[in-house]
Amino acid sequence: MVPPLDLLAQVDQQYLLEARQMQALSLGVHIPLVCFGISFPAMVLFVEWLYNRTGNPTYKALAKRWSKVMLILFAIGVVTGTILSFELGLLWPGFMEQWGEVFGFAFAIEGLAFFTEAIFIAIYVYGWDRLSPRMHFLTGIPIALAGILGSAAVIAVNGWMNNPQGFDVGANGEVTNVRPFEALFNPNLWHEEVHMYLAGFIVASALVAGVYAVAWLRGRRDGYHRAGLVIPLSVLCLAAPAQIVVGDWAARTVAEQQPTKLAAMEGLDETTEGAGLTIGGVYFDGEVHGGVTIPDLLSLLAFHDPNATVQGLDAVPAEDRPPVGWVRNSFQVMVGIGTLLAALGLWFLWFRWRRRALPKSPWFYRAVVAAGPASLIALIAGWIVTEVGRQPWIVYELMRVEDAVTGAEGIPVGYATLVVVYLGLISVALFMLRRLARNRPETEIEAGPGEIQVLP
Amino acid sequence: MLPELALAVLLLALAAYAVLGGADFGAGFWDLTAGGAEPGARLRGLVHRSMGPVWEANHVWLIAVLVIMWTCFPHAFGPLMETLYVPLFLAAVGIILRGAAFALRGQAATISEARLLGATFALSSVMTPFFLGCAIGAVASGQVPVEGDPNEPFSSWTGATSIWIGVMAVATGAYVAAVFLAADSVRAGLPDLTAAFKRRALGAGVVAGALAIGGLFVIRSDARELYDGLTSGGGLAMVIVSALVGVVTLGLIWSNRFEIARYTSGIAVGAILAGWAFAQRPDFLPGELSFQDAAAGNPTLIATLVALVLALLVIVPSIALLFRLTLQGRLSERFQPIGTSDEGGEP
Repeated sequence: MVPPLDLLAQVDQQYLLEARQMQALSLGVHIPLVCFGISFPAMVLFVEWLYNRTGNPTYKALAKRWSKVMLILFAIGVVTGTILSFELGLLWPGFMEQWGEVFGFAFAIEGLAFFTEAIFIAIYVYGWDRLSPRMHFLTGIPIALAGILGSAAVIAVNGWMNNPQGFDVGANGEVTNVRPFEALFNPNLWHEEVHMYLAGFIVASALVAGVYAVAWLRGRRDGYHRAGLVIPLSVLCLAAPAQIVVGDWAARTVAEQQPTKLAAMEGLDETTEGAGLTIGGVYFDGEVHGGVTIPDLLSLLAFHDPNATVQGLDAVPAEDRPPVGWVRNSFQVMVGIGTLLAALGLWFLWFRWRRRALPKSPWFYRAVVAAGPASLIALIAGWIVTEVGRQPWIVYELMRVEDAVTGAEGIPVGYATLVVVYLGLISVALFMLRRLARNRPETEIEAGPGEIQVLP
Repeated sequence: MLPELALAVLLLALAAYAVLGGADFGAGFWDLTAGGAEPGARLRGLVHRSMGPVWEANHVWLIAVLVIMWTCFPHAFGPLMETLYVPLFLAAVGIILRGAAFALRGQAATISEARLLGATFALSSVMTPFFLGCAIGAVASGQVPVEGDPNEPFSSWTGATSIWIGVMAVATGAYVAAVFLAADSVRAGLPDLTAAFKRRALGAGVVAGALAIGGLFVIRSDARELYDGLTSGGGLAMVIVSALVGVVTLGLIWSNRFEIARYTSGIAVGAILAGWAFAQRPDFLPGELSFQDAAAGNPTLIATLVALVLALLVIVPSIALLFRLTLQGRLSERFQPIGTSDEGGEP
């Protein structure tokens, strides 16, 4: 593509950065809600299943309360997701125009999933006590399936942007011979989806457990709060350690498919045989400061061979490299928090298995409270690694972000508006959740005080 | 053949959004115009009760429209978004405000809170369909060049045709909503509200009809080609269908048969959209881009159409279940006036 005039390029660059920030802001607001879409229906259904099996009203109160939370978060997710759909076109018209027909099919599947979710979530939440218990439980299953399918479809598009395939490029740069299924099932789909799927369970379970851990620390230790704590913690203690294994798989795929991104993740300037891995430290001014370097470990982790050659940033021209500081530091943050979360999960598991009790130390519960926000930070950091690590490409090695961005001059106004609107939206969500939490759990099942305390 | 089929599907999704989403927005319009806190409370309560379980599902049609457009007609979607970014962004902001305000307002603790949320809800209910209508008007009157033009952020969608279609979108939404709400109030056993919405349905129907007729004169001078398309061949046929069904619907409302009127009012709106498609055939962007040229390649169209057929197999029974449960009153929230001083807490 011919570079535009210098002056024009400067103007474009200015709006390009704002357009990217605007997109990142919208994704950052939406992605935590996706985590709940992926994992929360399964948790709600599990609690309802417990109720149906035991007849204990505590479980019903909890499931009903959670289902209301699920609906609030879904409703907010509907609007933030709609904004994203608009933004894809409003901010990146060149991207949509040229490549829409290649990856758009995935969004058709996502639309199907989303529609199903919207229908059944209404039936499920508004149908408590009005449908038979069996029927009510069954109407929850499509919500859980749709959450997984929908996220998989969107991840497929992201995987495709990082690893585009399923088309040919003609002599004039036009896209021909589109193969939608090949685009959909790109090699980046699988590890990204499993990684995000587990992240969904980790983030939702950590945040939910955190709420009940606060109550626990304040002395509310009845059956209701205990169930609200133990169920998400059980999810967390399985998902967080598993995420480490999946993370290794993801990193190895990136090493193969996007060596420049891996080099940015590790801050590796020069192509190195037997590359070492620096754990910790902060990347600025073009190098890693601090941290512990273990020889050959990067080669070992990335290619399972201590002598393997790892491609450095020097393999591509400077204008084709992502901003290393963002990518490397975010990667460290994600891995660090992920490790701590896995340790927290194992701490819980140890007490459950060996002592058949909950940990006594208040520090455990304080750690659980911190785990929620920490997991959110890890989630966003992980997406920064994927998305900033893809720069300067919107379609990896085929289309640069500056060729996709809109020429619209209203971007700063739109950006400012969106910031205000999102702040309002987040306050609304928090206000509603607080309002919901203030009602005593007994109100969910119209029981008297003390009726739902006992747990077997 | 395939682009035609994809276009038909796109229009169906757009019609579904215009009717179901439009009714959602229209309900907000009635909320806005319901009057002071005390007299408007019962009306607002019905709006909240009727829209609660269905608004997300109604809203998804917009996502369907966007997705079908960028997948099946990417070469029109790009320039369209680039040119019409102002109205589309405003519509998107309207959607956020509306979703948030609607979700919240049942929770409002004080009258002033309820008023503020209600006003946000109602204003955004008018803003969103108006700006979406303006965007459609800009396409229909040939204001979107094929290469996209971000340098005319306002003139492209503020022509007479655009503004007219924006106003039409608000009016038809209000009309459809009044019919829906009249039918709902019958089921809820609230005869005073049935009478209120019957009056509103008749009034809005007459206004929408008058606007439609008056609009023909607007586009005759502002967008001659659109006018010619709407007054000949398939376009004319659809305009006549819409007019006839519209009159029949008014008769049905007059004789209190709201349930059937729900469907006929939807058909009247759908026919207008079909007429628009006929009028600008074979172009997607009039005078600029035919829908053949706007369309994606056949493999993408086939894959998307197959996915949509599968989607219908899943969604039609699901949505039928949702609507059936809603109609049986098995999902309805308790009716509760909104914004009065005697408002109770959570049941």
